[in-house]
Amino acid sequence: MVKKILQKGYIGLVLVFLYAPILVLAVLSFNKSKSRAKWGGFTLKWYGEMLRNEKILSALYTTLLIAFLSALLATVLGTIAAVAMSRMKKLPKTIMMSITNIPMLNSEIVTGISLMILYYTISFSLGFTSVLLALTAAHMPYVILNVMPKLRQTSRSTYEAALDLGASPVRAFFLIVLPDIFPGVLSGFMLAFTLALDDFVITHFTKNARINTLSTVIYSESRRGIEPEIYALSTVMFTVVLILLVAINRGKAKVAKKNEER
Amino acid sequence: MSKSNTKLASRNKWMQRFISAPYVVWSIGFIVLPLLMIVFYGITTKDGRVTFDNLKMIFEPTNFSTLVLSVQLSLVSTLVCLLIAYPLALALRSLKLKSNGLVILMFMLPMWMNFLLRTIAWQNILEKNGVINMLLGAVGLPKLNIINTPAAIVLGMVYDFLPFMIIPIYNVLAKISDDVIQAAADLGANQFQILIRIIFPLSLPGVVSGLTMVFVPALTTFVISDILGGGKILLIGKVIEQKFKQGNDWNGGSGLSLVLMVFIFLCMAIVQKYDKDSEGSGVW
Repeated sequence: MVKKILQKGYIGLVLVFLYAPILVLAVLSFNKSKSRAKWGGFTLKWYGEMLRNEKILSALYTTLLIAFLSALLATVLGTIAAVAMSRMKKLPKTIMMSITNIPMLNSEIVTGISLMILYYTISFSLGFTSVLLALTAAHMPYVILNVMPKLRQTSRSTYEAALDLGASPVRAFFLIVLPDIFPGVLSGFMLAFTLALDDFVITHFTKNARINTLSTVIYSESRRGIEPEIYALSTVMFTVVLILLVAINRGKAKVAKKNEER
Repeated sequence: MSKSNTKLASRNKWMQRFISAPYVVWSIGFIVLPLLMIVFYGITTKDGRVTFDNLKMIFEPTNFSTLVLSVQLSLVSTLVCLLIAYPLALALRSLKLKSNGLVILMFMLPMWMNFLLRTIAWQNILEKNGVINMLLGAVGLPKLNIINTPAAIVLGMVYDFLPFMIIPIYNVLAKISDDVIQAAADLGANQFQILIRIIFPLSLPGVVSGLTMVFVPALTTFVISDILGGGKILLIGKVIEQKFKQGNDWNGGSGLSLVLMVFIFLCMAIVQKYDKDSEGSGVW
């Protein structure tokens, strides 16, 4: 019993550590004073201001669009790659898996720099597309790693049975294989999206001066002080996601309970 | 019959090529080629002559001491992360949750608040008149002076990368069957023996990926030291970043990156030796 309490207490402590800064940021979003360092009283002003702040809104738009598109691209290409690799012979498979692991072992800074040099060498101008492709490349291995184990669990013979019954390979994939691996595909997408949303380093090296994501705006403002609108926006984003996730989990739990009752 | 079989086989082969092609092309273009570019820049001068000066730059006293400091701080952070995460993962395992999705969610959720902002929030917590010192003052304890010291940077690293240690270890621990532990207990092992001789060896793959996922970003970060070190503490990632973004010395920067990359790969090779079954031990 004591052990249980200690364990729960410890989990709680670590959660406090992880969420304390988020609480601080939420408090700062209600701070009347523009300075981070002093409390000037309660206000909701920044939540209104943020909707009029052109720079922040366009950074938000760019961030969300790049995160979504790069996650989508990484998921589609990564799933195809995982299927392809699962059918390869041993040697080519080992080679391709090793190459796949490189971006994950490599630090973000090296990934970012290497892509920047590549873009420069082939005269590909930096901007929206360069960031999009860089993030896709950096996060695709995570999708592959999510899909591969699911593919191993699926049986090859159902797929072949579908082919024998006259389904085309594409049709067989969508009807037989994809439903089985879908949880892996989905978690791969979510992971790629979350990583892209939070990315700073790779974006920093593969963007030009005209395009900004939330991360790059925050970084450039980190010296002279963050605009309070950013605290407000981040608090809104976090709260929305929190509510969504709690709702999804509740829904899932309900479904699970229903299934059990049956 | 055999005719249709060979037809099917050749169709399979064709399919295989068709679906392999995109990723092979992609990985050459976006993984292999960029790395070769770094190697190329790293071993040439601005006018294209081959040289090893860029690589040797790491031995210049300032660069070398920066590297040493970066290694020290990231090692300490990695160790602290492990010491926090392992007991936590054990505690989470004993909660016996039906799906581990919720746990992963709890520790991934902070990532939806931008990590730069979360790091900046630590300034508020740590600084002279910050939250911690206010709390200490309230109970009459002396003030702590952590901000702009290596300790603040370690704290920032631990904070930012802790989830990447927790999740892989928890994932592996959650998969260990209770039967195995029960069997060990039935055969007379006590709690401590079970932990050291049964649970820990089985959890090694998760520990290894956790170590990797914390050490590499901690070693190469330049953001955390910028924000929590007050720009006074230089880490190797910052040196490289400056070479590209301010100094315009791409050859020197590539040389240093190359050295750093080889160093990381060597560390990983050593760690991976202890991890025989690395498949399926990934974070997610």
